[in-house]
Amino acid sequence: MSGVLSSSIGRKVAMAASAFFLMFFLLQHFVINLTSIFSADAFNELSHFMGTNPAVQFALQPVLIFGVVFHFVMGFVLELRNKQASVKYVKNNGAANSTWVSRNMIYSGLAILAFIVLHFIDFWFPEINHKYIANLPEDPSRYYGELVHKFHSPVRTGAYVAAFAFLALHLLHGFKSAFQSSGMSAKRAAKLETVSKIYAIGIPVGFIIIALFHHFNQH
Amino acid sequence: MDMNLKLKIWRQNGANDQGKMVDYSLSDVSPDMSFLEMLDVLNEQIINEGGEPIAFDHDCREGICGMCSLYINGEAHGPDRGITTCQLHMRKFKDGDTIYIEPFRAKAFPVIKDLVVDRTAFDRIQHQGGFISVNTSGNTQDANSLPISKHAADEAMDAATCIGCGACVATCKNSSAMLFVGAKVSQYALLPQGQVEAADRVRNMVAQMDAEGFGNCTNTGACEVECPKGISLDNIARMNREFFKANI
Amino acid sequence: MALDSKVPQGPIADKWTNYKNHIDLVNPANKRNIDVIVVGTGLAGGSAAATLAELGYNVKAFAYQDSPRRAHSIAAQGGINAAKNYQGDGDSTYRLFYDTVKGGDYRAREANVYRLAEVSANIIDQCVAQGVPFARDYGGLLDNRSFGGVLVSRTFYAKGQTGQQLLLGAYSAMNRQIGRGKIQMYNRHEMMDVVLVDGKARGIITRNLVTGEVERHSAHAVVIASGGYGNVFFLSTNAMGSNVSASWKIHKKGAYFANPCYTQIHPTCIPVSGDHQSKLTLMSESLRNDGRIWVPAKLEDAQAIREGKKKPTDLSEDERDYYLERRYPAFGNLVPRDVASRAAKERCDAGFGVNATGEAVYLDFADAIKRYGREQALIHGDHNPSAEKIDKLGKEVVKAKYGNLFQMYDKIVDENPYETPMMIYPAVHYTMGGTWVDYNLMTTIPGCYCIGEANFSDHGANRLGASALMQGLADGYFVLPYTIGDYLSDDIRTGKIPTDLPEFEEAEKSVKEQINFFVNNNGTKSVDHFHKRLGKIMWNKVGMARNAQGLTEAMAEIKALREEFWKDVKVPGSADTYNEELAKAGRVADFLELGELFAKDALVREESCGGHFREESAETEGPQKGEAKRDDVNFAFVSAWEYTGEPADAILHKEQLEFNDIELKTRSYK
Repeated sequence: MSGVLSSSIGRKVAMAASAFFLMFFLLQHFVINLTSIFSADAFNELSHFMGTNPAVQFALQPVLIFGVVFHFVMGFVLELRNKQASVKYVKNNGAANSTWVSRNMIYSGLAILAFIVLHFIDFWFPEINHKYIANLPEDPSRYYGELVHKFHSPVRTGAYVAAFAFLALHLLHGFKSAFQSSGMSAKRAAKLETVSKIYAIGIPVGFIIIALFHHFNQH
Repeated sequence: MDMNLKLKIWRQNGANDQGKMVDYSLSDVSPDMSFLEMLDVLNEQIINEGGEPIAFDHDCREGICGMCSLYINGEAHGPDRGITTCQLHMRKFKDGDTIYIEPFRAKAFPVIKDLVVDRTAFDRIQHQGGFISVNTSGNTQDANSLPISKHAADEAMDAATCIGCGACVATCKNSSAMLFVGAKVSQYALLPQGQVEAADRVRNMVAQMDAEGFGNCTNTGACEVECPKGISLDNIARMNREFFKANI
Repeated sequence: MALDSKVPQGPIADKWTNYKNHIDLVNPANKRNIDVIVVGTGLAGGSAAATLAELGYNVKAFAYQDSPRRAHSIAAQGGINAAKNYQGDGDSTYRLFYDTVKGGDYRAREANVYRLAEVSANIIDQCVAQGVPFARDYGGLLDNRSFGGVLVSRTFYAKGQTGQQLLLGAYSAMNRQIGRGKIQMYNRHEMMDVVLVDGKARGIITRNLVTGEVERHSAHAVVIASGGYGNVFFLSTNAMGSNVSASWKIHKKGAYFANPCYTQIHPTCIPVSGDHQSKLTLMSESLRNDGRIWVPAKLEDAQAIREGKKKPTDLSEDERDYYLERRYPAFGNLVPRDVASRAAKERCDAGFGVNATGEAVYLDFADAIKRYGREQALIHGDHNPSAEKIDKLGKEVVKAKYGNLFQMYDKIVDENPYETPMMIYPAVHYTMGGTWVDYNLMTTIPGCYCIGEANFSDHGANRLGASALMQGLADGYFVLPYTIGDYLSDDIRTGKIPTDLPEFEEAEKSVKEQINFFVNNNGTKSVDHFHKRLGKIMWNKVGMARNAQGLTEAMAEIKALREEFWKDVKVPGSADTYNEELAKAGRVADFLELGELFAKDALVREESCGGHFREESAETEGPQKGEAKRDDVNFAFVSAWEYTGEPADAILHKEQLEFNDIELKTRSYK
């Protein structure tokens, strides 16, 4: 087992494993956020659970942060190594044999990284501050209001919408790619095509709808 | 019907030279010529003008030896599909076209001269396990004593049709050799004869692939599209599985 | 020197076994002290290198390509024969032996062919163990097809890429030995000369094709496995780099060259499209199972087609001449390769050719499409199918059988062969002649062996389909590794051969002189210019049909061309870099000598046999009128030529062929 992670395939599989984890996280994040459209109470309840449950806070959250950091760091490492392995052509017609999104994962990924920084500043740092630094009293109904408040600004809402567009691009290749990397045969992967599209477009579009909903439903 | 063409061709005098694109023009090109015959005619013209002909690899000129290796207008083996450069015909181009011709590029494929590159990295990968360790002195069991399902044999054959031309590496934005190595690993992994050494084979071949400086696969699928023999991405997935199995 | 074929005594079926039981062996510890050089890494060279290394010898292998896997064996399509009798259709070692000798028009050495048939079954076992993915049936057992008009199904195949798969098998065996350090592989190296020490082959001089460096390599024995010399015709189905040089260099140092005139002209190749043509592409012989070959019956129709005024599909049945079916009702379109090729040439020479150059005949699948279409309709329960339905179903069947070949044709010619007949014409494909070897596969130079297509031994005057792969692997895996031990057993105390001997120095000096001559010659014409002219002479006067006058002219013309070449050839670039023109110049220089010997050999052989058709030796009466006439009384011998300087002055040595186990008969396909 030693040295597996230093091999090209080991890295690739690790990249896929972290991707699976992040895609699963994204799905549950989406489901929780979606409730905010229908019921402020449900959203508050779920957020309160996620925000205060020790298992989520002290077991899942570090894993998630590790997963995010790992995915990014590994993504950069691979990109740099791949740049080192290749030599530029004077004329290259990449569009003839591959999709733009598959060739530009690093750029969609960077856009998502920028978004995550923004997202952390918006939600995660205030949360951490609230709970563990300022030690403010917990109010199980504060989450919905905070959420709605954040989408007041059209600039921030616009940034979120743009970021979700990049997320869609990233997922359009990333979803299938993770399955291929983890060894799924092309025949089965072909059947995944529809699921992949639904996931890759559906979830970011859903997030966009949520953002716009709250932006236009300011009380 | 004959065409006049502008050619932009990579010239590089040896591995240590910088190299650059050089312009040529060629007239009266017949659409029935193969691409390499067009280069033959250009070379004849260059020789008669007192220049040094353009070096390019080629041998069988029927699409099976895997020697020819040109990157034409930004694509490995040019714009047609399912063929090597030697099977590309000039009727795929139009009068007045400008054609870019470059060598297959990757750090692991250093240029030897002009359009000729060194692909021995592929051989070195195979030295590490591209075989079944059976003695060749004729004391093997009868061929039919080991039935192999037609399905497995056909799939192994599909993987084995790889001609080792390197188009997969050349076309990959990461210069990854995984389609090539995947095809080799798959051929043996699919056959019962290859099972005995399967774990060592995939470990050793992948280690050598990495040592040669090939990049990592990001599943763009370009290799499969440009592969003259239609080697499927499935082979990469199978190699990943084999590698996984070998390491747990 | 008298030729001694060293064929062992005893009944033919026991010769090889008895022989193996009585030869000297080298013990494993001593093998480590013995070096063997193998030049060429195709089926014969690759399999020999792998097996010799596995036995324990130190092998140095050389290939001009960038990898052993690229040798031209890789291009063989159809299959490999083996007397396995898996189909239970009565095949046996004797039958394969018989078919091969008969197919070779009784000009092969019986004992060698029998041994070939005997070890053929081992090849299949070996290849399967190596992971060669041969075609299988649904029960998981190996599938066979029939080939080249023989009466049994004994051909094993891997789609249309049998040669590729077998070569990759041999290459994988080599890889294993390269990985273990038992083979040192020299890619992009060309053998420039052989070095003889005390009359024995002890090394070679090579040129590194990348750096231009001239190198010395020594060994206790040298094995030449450099393939055939079909490129003497310039246009052939050989690879662009295929050459005679290794064989020719040993010939010039004392190895006799046997039967150079035996060339196989394959009937189904894609015709030449213009002066730019660099090589010819073969369409598998299997197409003749379903295609019907024809030309227009009337000269004016042929002319109209050539001028583009008529299309082949415009001609009605009675305006067509299915000349093979007309001339050979018994075998029809499935006559052997040599017969089909000559018949096509005869029609085209008479003015019935169908492409712009007048050198093409049609291979038509319209009938096959109809036949299969009706059959499929019946299978689908349609007893009154429409013409469109028949056409559609029929094309599907043809596509399943020959789809890849049809696609290849379409890519090259830009015509859809499902809609219009293919055009085909014969092309040079394989050379049965080559370096003379004895039963041990040793040439007339002690310690210098020659295997595969490069030697002359197994195919006589004509090779049957699917036999070339068999011979290459038999020689390399199962024959040479035994016979070479008998010779090397005397060398266990010799020690390493030093490369600073005067013989090496002298050989290297002459190689360098030739190289320097070329790069400083400052001529006016390119190497290809001369090669093409040589090819034209060969094709026109030493091609499919030959006569004394043409051959005499050809000899003089080739000699004159050779002199012009040495005066006027232009080789750009320098000697110490990658220089393809320089490499080509050396090869063409050798072809220009071989060509003349080739014509001389054809001139001496005043009979017609196999691939060699002498117009003076044809049947003049009876049902066989116009067909080839063999002369067993005067010409049942192998011509082995000794080099003396000029090819025209080569000395002929005859190895009389004795047939004790086969009765000589006239081949009839009427």
